[in-house]
Amino acid sequence: MMDTPFNAVVPMLCVVFAALAVMMAEAFRGRDEQMALGGLGIVGLVGAAVSSMLLWNRNASSFGVIVADNFGLFVTMTLVIVGVLTIMFSSVVVRRDGLPAGEYYALVLFAVVGMIMMATANDLLVIFIALEILSLAVYVLTGIRRDDPRATEAAFKYFLLGAFSSAFFLYGIAFTYGVSGSTRLDRIGAFLAAQSMSDSPLILVAIGMLLVGFAFKISAVPFHMWTPDAYEGAPAVVTGFMSTGVKAAAFAAFTRVFLSAFEPFSVDWAPMIWILAVATMILGTVVGVAQTNVKRMLAYSSIAHGGYLLVGLIAANDVGKAAILFYLLAYAVTNVAAFGVIALLGTRDAANDELRDFSGLWHGRPALAALMTVCLLSLGGLPPTAGFIGKWYIFSAAVSAGYYGLAIIGVLTSVVSVFFYLRVVVMMYMEERDPGLAAPAHVGGVGMVALVASIVVIFYLGVLPTRVLDLAAESISTIF
Amino acid sequence: MPETLIFYALSGFAIGASAMVIGQRNPMYSVMMLIASFGALAGLYVQLDAPFVAVAQIIIYAGAIMVLFLFVVMLLNAPKEDGSEWDRSHPLRQPAVVRLGGLLASLLVVQLGWALLSARGLGGGVAAFGDAETVSSVRVLGRVLFSEYVFAFEATSILILVAMVGAVVLARREGEGS
Repeated sequence: MMDTPFNAVVPMLCVVFAALAVMMAEAFRGRDEQMALGGLGIVGLVGAAVSSMLLWNRNASSFGVIVADNFGLFVTMTLVIVGVLTIMFSSVVVRRDGLPAGEYYALVLFAVVGMIMMATANDLLVIFIALEILSLAVYVLTGIRRDDPRATEAAFKYFLLGAFSSAFFLYGIAFTYGVSGSTRLDRIGAFLAAQSMSDSPLILVAIGMLLVGFAFKISAVPFHMWTPDAYEGAPAVVTGFMSTGVKAAAFAAFTRVFLSAFEPFSVDWAPMIWILAVATMILGTVVGVAQTNVKRMLAYSSIAHGGYLLVGLIAANDVGKAAILFYLLAYAVTNVAAFGVIALLGTRDAANDELRDFSGLWHGRPALAALMTVCLLSLGGLPPTAGFIGKWYIFSAAVSAGYYGLAIIGVLTSVVSVFFYLRVVVMMYMEERDPGLAAPAHVGGVGMVALVASIVVIFYLGVLPTRVLDLAAESISTIF
Repeated sequence: MPETLIFYALSGFAIGASAMVIGQRNPMYSVMMLIASFGALAGLYVQLDAPFVAVAQIIIYAGAIMVLFLFVVMLLNAPKEDGSEWDRSHPLRQPAVVRLGGLLASLLVVQLGWALLSARGLGGGVAAFGDAETVSSVRVLGRVLFSEYVFAFEATSILILVAMVGAVVLARREGEGS
């Protein structure tokens, strides 16, 4: 690839053009013409993946605000994987539920654009715009089933609370700009490091506001209120997309902002995040135990996983930073696949996401039950899956940084969380199928391919993690 | 001296209009008063040598956002508030609530007075910016927008496109399109 000033935006542009192509194709589509709109999206995402690989180790930067360093590219690859899996699962769901295909895929792709922009942005203003792009797209995707009152309610709640948190985030940016005179992360970091600002309450207000904005997007306790409702009300495949993509993008920006621009103030923000992490891990696990709806249970599980990622952020040593990246990848693949199974089990009229809908699944659909089991074990952090390695590195980072309390709480909550993951497994294998329930739906070929592919990735990351871990370690060594 | 007079006139107008926003029984009048208040604020911005902010205030707030307000008021067909509804049994009229509100209001007044009178401010640490003339010049703003902030500016077009697609998806009637 040639070195031009526009290199760093190429992965993003691939996805933008794919989204525009989907919109144009939908506009010129005949009334009953079938079109593989999802395929167009996958082409764009693959383009983004290829250009990311070509940009690896080049530290490209465009307009001074988008940096394609290895950290951003690693997250971009994670987001591309999430996007491809989501589109593959969606191809089954869109046809089954009669969703507007063109708009649906365009919104998914625009959300991915926002996520990639957020992961590679080096400017608070661009991070904010990226946050809004992905948020708007996801709000609409949450409520895209307009005949479902639960989805509409979820979208409305998510939208109102999301707008509220955006205001906090923007206010934080304004304060930061007021103090440092710039929105670029490197300049803010240099300014704060050069000046002794310890007596200025303004910068602490700014950090607090930005923390609230990020904590909302990664649904850290106590800013998690919207998560269970939004995750339960949204179509399962959208839930899988937003519980992984939004979280990965938000965490990438969170890590970048707090470990580069606000690094000089880590003494001030580390205790705040410590409290958030503990509350998030404990509440996500404890409340998750009481859930009878699988989507809601996985919502609380994803809250808890956000807590583990925060542990990696606090233990900001080399192991911790690499562990964040590895954990994001492992969690993203696993969670998309788990919600994919739920999405594939649903029908147009029934979501089939209650715990008892899974009873005896092994007898009717042994393949789906086995795939779901692998996802749940990986979420629970059992070897030899990706989730185990991810948790292992997060907790060992916490220990080596001296945060023994965090590591102990993390391990304990992981053990408790295994209970509610295994409850689903027990339901699938040991219970007889409730005769009142309809037979599980037939699963289309594309959905099955996506599931098998994600299971392969989960086992690959669980058994041979060295290569990906090295890449993650290489990614963070270039920055911070 | 005339500048000071204009300042006090505009300020009084803005405060009076804002007070009438919450004093009106008819929501439509409230919206109209809010527009008047925004107009007075725009005048204050002109006095502060910030013509761009003043124009943006008129176009965005008094124009676009207030049209939205009016549409919502008309769509919801918000009724005129009836005086009899506000009897003493209303939860907001309980003596304890009134006292708490009074306490908070006086606290706010004390805080504001303290902040305005104490010259210390927020302890400094605010970065130095150019003088008012450079900052408010539309030419300089345009240059900065298309050089330093060009990516954010272009990315906003994607944001608006997403908002448009989303509005179409959510507003489309059932059975239309595909």
